[in-house]
Formats: sequence, C-alpha cells, structure tokens
Amino acid sequence: MSTVRIPPVLRPAVGGARELSVEGGTVGEVLEAIYAEHPTVRQQLVTDDGELHRFVNLYVNDEDVRMLEWLDTPVGDRDTVLILPAMAGGAG
Amino acid sequence: MKLPRALADDLVAHATEELPNECCGMIGGRDGVAERVHRAVNTEASPFMYVIDPREQMRIMDAIDDEGMDLLAVYHSHTRSAAYPSRTDVELAFFPKTLYLIVSLADRAAPEIRAFQISRTLPPQEAVREEPVEIV
Repeated sequence: MSTVRIPPVLRPAVGGARELSVEGGTVGEVLEAIYAEHPTVRQQLVTDDGELHRFVNLYVNDEDVRMLEWLDTPVGDRDTVLILPAMAGGAG
Repeated sequence: MKLPRALADDLVAHATEELPNECCGMIGGRDGVAERVHRAVNTEASPFMYVIDPREQMRIMDAIDDEGMDLLAVYHSHTRSAAYPSRTDVELAFFPKTLYLIVSLADRAAPEIRAFQISRTLPPQEAVREEPVEIV
C-alpha cells in the first residue's frame, strides 16, 4: 500500500484524512481505488470525458508523474503520492 | 473578506508591474482579515492566463500554514476585462472554499478588486458567488 497525501481542498471528500493508505500498483490504480472509496474525489479531479483533468498535478516521491510514466507510473509500499490541483485561470 | 488598504495597493502594484501579463499569487490571513500577500510567478506569462508553479504553490501554502494563517484567497489580474470570473476561471476553480480574488486593470485609473467563491463542479448558474471585499 502506498501513502497518498491529501491536500486540504480534498480532505472533506475523504472524510477529513490528511493521508490515506491505498492499494494499487500504479498511480492510476491508486486513483481508481480512492474514487471507489470516495466518489466525490472523482468529481473534483476528473473531466466529463472521464480523463484526469490536465490541471491536476500528481507527484510520486516529489517527482512529477508527467516526467515519469504518467498514470502507469509504478508505486509501492514505500512510495508517497501527492495530489495537487492547480491554481490557474485567467481572462481566457 | 477584509483587505487592508496597503495590501490592496500591493495587489494593484503587482498587477501593474506584470503588465501586459496577468499576475497571480495568494493571500494569507486570519478570521477573514488579509494579513499577507504572497506574490507568485505566472508560469504562463500571458495576458489571458495564469498558472502558479505547483512547487511554488506548495511552498506558499506551507508558508501560510507555518505562519498560523489560513489561505484566504488566490488572486490574479484581468488586464483588460472586468473583475469577474471568466469561463476559464470557473473551469479551473479547484478550490471551492478558497476565495478567488480578481484585480481588474481594465480602467487603469480606477482598478477594481472583487472576490468570488467559484466551484467548477456546480451547475453554471450556481458556480460563482461573490463575497464582498471590504477595504479597511
């Protein structure tokens, strides 16, 4: 089980937890396991098309998974996953 | 939220210094009163878009936490349009409990500061709710 750090904005959706221990061999599997347990997290992170929102950043042990293998990045018992939605916007 | 005049002036100064691009940053405070402006780099360097670098975002959020403050608002500027959330602002509003403060320089002689609760997961007619900004 890997450790997932939950930012304050997502804590209400997971019952207030700062960290979760989650089963899954990849970042994608870890996310799916969180969605299964806490469905409102999916609403916050996933677009209507079912894709992870491109402004949601994911890190494994402080490495951006975009620089690794994205959702296929492997995770193990000693790994920490961080979910960090972006602060972004603009006049468009 | 209550915004001391000096901080309001700092927000306008930041927005002006970044022209023609949008500025961005965060505001820490206590009990709804702003106490500190944390300027951030707009990694997009664009007149139409802002993105706070995720590592700077984490660093500033930790700094606000370390100071015993709350993250009261994420701020950015609109250089040519009103201080009202754009469609982009709503689509990218991942922080529904945090205020999104907008500094408009559309009228350079009379900058406008307004703040909103925005939630990208609510239906469009409920997604934006203005919160008064009281300059004190």
